[in-house]
Amino acid sequence: MDALTEAFRLIITLDPDLFEILGLSIRVSLIALAIATVIGLPLGTYLAINKFPGRRVLITLLNALMGMPPVVVGLMVYLMLSRSGPLGGLGLLYTPTAMIIAQVVLITPIIAALSNQVIENLYQEYRDTFYSLGITGSKAVIAYLVDARYSLTTCILAGFGRAIAEVGAVIIVGGNIDHLTRVMTTAIALETSKGNLTLALGLGTVLLTLAILVNGAVTAVREFAKRRQYA
Amino acid sequence: MKLAVVLVSTLAATQALADTIVVQSTTSTKNSGLYDYLLPVLKQDTGLTVNVVAVGTGQAIKNAMRCDGDVLLVHAKASEERFVAEGYGSMRWDLMYNDFVIVGPEQDPAKLRQASTALDALTRIATSGAKFASRADDSGTHKKERALWASAGIDPELGSGQWYMETGSGMGATLNTGIGLGAYVMTDRATWIKFGNKQDTTLLFDGDPALFNQYGVIPVSQKKCPTVNAQGARVFTEWLLSDRGQAAIAAYQVAGKPLFFPNAD
Repeated sequence: MDALTEAFRLIITLDPDLFEILGLSIRVSLIALAIATVIGLPLGTYLAINKFPGRRVLITLLNALMGMPPVVVGLMVYLMLSRSGPLGGLGLLYTPTAMIIAQVVLITPIIAALSNQVIENLYQEYRDTFYSLGITGSKAVIAYLVDARYSLTTCILAGFGRAIAEVGAVIIVGGNIDHLTRVMTTAIALETSKGNLTLALGLGTVLLTLAILVNGAVTAVREFAKRRQYA
Repeated sequence: MKLAVVLVSTLAATQALADTIVVQSTTSTKNSGLYDYLLPVLKQDTGLTVNVVAVGTGQAIKNAMRCDGDVLLVHAKASEERFVAEGYGSMRWDLMYNDFVIVGPEQDPAKLRQASTALDALTRIATSGAKFASRADDSGTHKKERALWASAGIDPELGSGQWYMETGSGMGATLNTGIGLGAYVMTDRATWIKFGNKQDTTLLFDGDPALFNQYGVIPVSQKKCPTVNAQGARVFTEWLLSDRGQAAIAAYQVAGKPLFFPNAD
């Protein structure tokens, strides 16, 4: 109850720190989501509609990567971006960009693996039609993606959920630096470590509210679009 | 991946400002609110923007060895001197000190209130069967705690998981765990004063000179790390060691109590 009051207080007082942190959380996760979607959806679709040796292995690998611990992803990206790592010259460590990269690595497999499943189901149904119409290659990938667009929103939302909620990767590559790389989840971890449990839970409530709003908005848009299409 | 790198390296260019430095530091200095107080004053005096990465001392040193920081500000003198001796740091200065305290449950099953020295306090904990929560993360606090156990001739790891709880976490997380377990915890005084989830845990032992906690500041060597912002690191270090910086450290108080005592030469 205290946490709800705290969350409410943070929002109605327009706490500038809160909105800065919330803004960065949304920015980082949305950019990561956009990149992961552009890579993940075509990849998942391609693997669903093309037969080639090693395809099953790749799909199994993608499914396994969905369970990748964020802290491991964070560590890998840290070692890449560290000044003494292979990409150290870019100077990206402890920037929002580093956090975006880590989240892309984390959620691309989720979007690819889930969309793969969706398209595979569709493939059984459409294979012969598309074949007879001569739709192949990238044209086929696009055709499947367009046709499955409503089901695919769930895959994208799953990716968004993982990105906005994870703390293990962004705290390592971002460093939880105030006014630079602090996001909602790392702020919650910090306040917990300071023993400010009410504030931490209040921030958690704000984050949960955001997740509900995003999911609600996407569902509303999807239902609206569906109804227009079939009307 | 490639796309991601291309898209974001444009974003990143803005981050590499000359008047910005990264300080690898400890959770105790950060969680105590010291940086929130000092950095705006420093910014006003010097124009320098300081980004603090707060981790355990062990991790901070390793990060700095990988050149992922311009200055190291930690509290484990022996490790700091090794860092400089191995060429990673240009020089080390004493900056400030506070002290460690032992906190524990109000009922005080190991009777720490009657302990005469820090070693006596630890011996009481080990022999009473009471629980002790250790950072166990190679931080400055953990290094100090291990040294104290060794002086007391006790190997707490024999009781690991029974009475000696190794959390492997930061100071705050270890306090949260210790309080949940009704365990004793050794913490720096600054973190304890600022800590918000004390419940029925209270300060039970302090004041032994053996619990002295010295902080040092070290600019990362440009020879080892050519990418380092040596200019910014020097400005930062000189300001902290100046009368102005030292006075600012002394002026930081929580609930009317100073948390850190400046002692630069």
